[in-house]
Amino acid sequence: MNPLFAMYVTERLVRLSGVDLAIIVFYFALVLVIGFYLKRFANTGEDFFLAGREMTAWVAGLAFVSANLGSLELLGWAGSAYQYGIMAAHWYWIGAIPAMVFLGLVMMPFYYISKTHSVPGYLKLRYGSEASGLSAITFAVMTIMMSGVNMYAMAVVMKVVLGWNINFSIWVSSLTVGVYVAAGGLFSAIFNEVLQFFLIWFGALLIPILGMIETGGWSGMVARIHQNFPGQDFTHMWAPMGSFANNPMGINWIGIVFGLGAVQSMGYWTTDFLVVQRVLSAKNIRSAKMAPIIGSFFKMAVPLIVILPGLLGLAVLPMHLVPNAPNLAAGQHSYNEVLPLMLARYCGPGLLGLGITALVAGFMAGMAGNVSAFATVWTYDIYRPFLRKNAPDKHYVSMGRWCTLIGLIISIGTAYLVMGFASIMDYVQALFGFFIAPLFGTVLLGMLWKRVTRWGGFLGLLAGTLSSVTMFLLMQKVDPQKWVPIFARSPLAKGLAQDMYQSLWACVTCVVVTVLVTLVTKPKPDSELVGLVYSLTPLAKEDHASFWHRPLVWGVIALILLVILQIIFW
Amino acid sequence: MSEKHHIVPVWFFVGVLLLVYGVMIFISGLAEWSHLPNTVLAEKHAPVWWGMLLIVLGSAYLWKFRPGKSSN
Repeated sequence: MNPLFAMYVTERLVRLSGVDLAIIVFYFALVLVIGFYLKRFANTGEDFFLAGREMTAWVAGLAFVSANLGSLELLGWAGSAYQYGIMAAHWYWIGAIPAMVFLGLVMMPFYYISKTHSVPGYLKLRYGSEASGLSAITFAVMTIMMSGVNMYAMAVVMKVVLGWNINFSIWVSSLTVGVYVAAGGLFSAIFNEVLQFFLIWFGALLIPILGMIETGGWSGMVARIHQNFPGQDFTHMWAPMGSFANNPMGINWIGIVFGLGAVQSMGYWTTDFLVVQRVLSAKNIRSAKMAPIIGSFFKMAVPLIVILPGLLGLAVLPMHLVPNAPNLAAGQHSYNEVLPLMLARYCGPGLLGLGITALVAGFMAGMAGNVSAFATVWTYDIYRPFLRKNAPDKHYVSMGRWCTLIGLIISIGTAYLVMGFASIMDYVQALFGFFIAPLFGTVLLGMLWKRVTRWGGFLGLLAGTLSSVTMFLLMQKVDPQKWVPIFARSPLAKGLAQDMYQSLWACVTCVVVTVLVTLVTKPKPDSELVGLVYSLTPLAKEDHASFWHRPLVWGVIALILLVILQIIFW
Repeated sequence: MSEKHHIVPVWFFVGVLLLVYGVMIFISGLAEWSHLPNTVLAEKHAPVWWGMLLIVLGSAYLWKFRPGKSSN
């Protein structure tokens, strides 16, 4: 059973006052006003699907990092921090920062110069319609399902935390998202993501501040954790990574460095169109390169409001939280509830409303991000090439608006489907992961090696995806005791550790098949690859920019900070 | 943010959000000054100083990015 579904059985965690409700209502009113205001600016395809390509590096960068800062992410990783300790921060640091810097410095120029509307759009230019079609259809299905999952998760959290009716939460939130995204397109989605970014920071930052005051600082918190959980190490990131048995995740440093850092995070941050679309909205190539690098600094700080509250939960909560289970006993709370519990611990009227609004905004931004990405991929990568070529631009904008609404209606259906068959939610998230790791191999090879052929790209992507699905089924369904030690290299590997190795092998499969097929098929002529491949694309030099305005300089600073953080929390 | 469209910068809306929330939270903090809620460290009066912080930041954003002022 889905862990969030299991949370039905707990009692409500908090009760809102009048000022809390006023704060929530004001947020809904503001995003609707902004949506209607932006409608007049979303007239052309470029306006509606790429926000006119006129966002500054800061706006695109905040939207880029915010698109990934949804409430599922916040609640889930705070719960993981309670369960695994500070090791969960790997997903924010080595599992994000190098990939963001790589996107900005290496990959963004190709996406931007090719003037593509989407990642499948780049694949169409580089390889052809086979790889693009596979990528577009998979992505469209997954985004719409993820939107429904977000919707359902929000409704369940609102039910558990506030006692709200599930149907009320689903319909109010989806109608609001539908109205403002259909009105303003990516403009609306990006504006809402920037608002959400501020809401989440100001709604959640008081938890670590007050938590540190209560525990007497970092050393006081660590002492309390040792007192509450004797003999367990929750506050070191790399020291327990020497072997699979030394940490609760059942993973070693190879899985983290190569599975997470080199494949899974690279795949997510550089090829998942949901996040890449935000950067494509930048007003020029320098802004497009700077946006993910600016985002990387904020991403580096997110553990302050996600991981630290989970650690503080270990230190100060009077009860021990338990794994997610179908039937929690009265008074028991699951790991996923640590953030709402900490919010309720420190925040009274007003501040509680702010924190709850941040969660609601996070869920709604998650829906809006998925639906706006779906509208773009459906319109430009499925409808236009396969169903109706050469229609006027206005027709595609109209199609974008309609499929925003249709996408939301399907999402609502998905939300109810997830409610009826709760375990689907886990599979949807796993399915999303199946595609990302091999896609990274396909996109990267296509950008860096001009010899890669149309069929090499398509068959590599297909083989990588199928291998990932096969590994998942073997490890989860067929015979875990036999296959987990083979693919994840240890019988102790837990779900997250299995994901890392599954990604690693899927990417390797994709690369090997791509190379082998490429060697026996005919490459495209160089003239068709200008602007798409590294060796055939004249990249703009940054000599004219002052030292402190160069993306390379800030990328290097981000990586140095990353290394310093690893040493501090080693 | 917008050269082609002259859209009001998103930072202006951020300012509106922070200012309105700051005022609401500050007032609720004052209202509960002598009747503290049942939360840990309530005696620190977090809503009062957090509300003030939001008011200051929201006002600054509103002023700097107000419509009609050429800035970004």
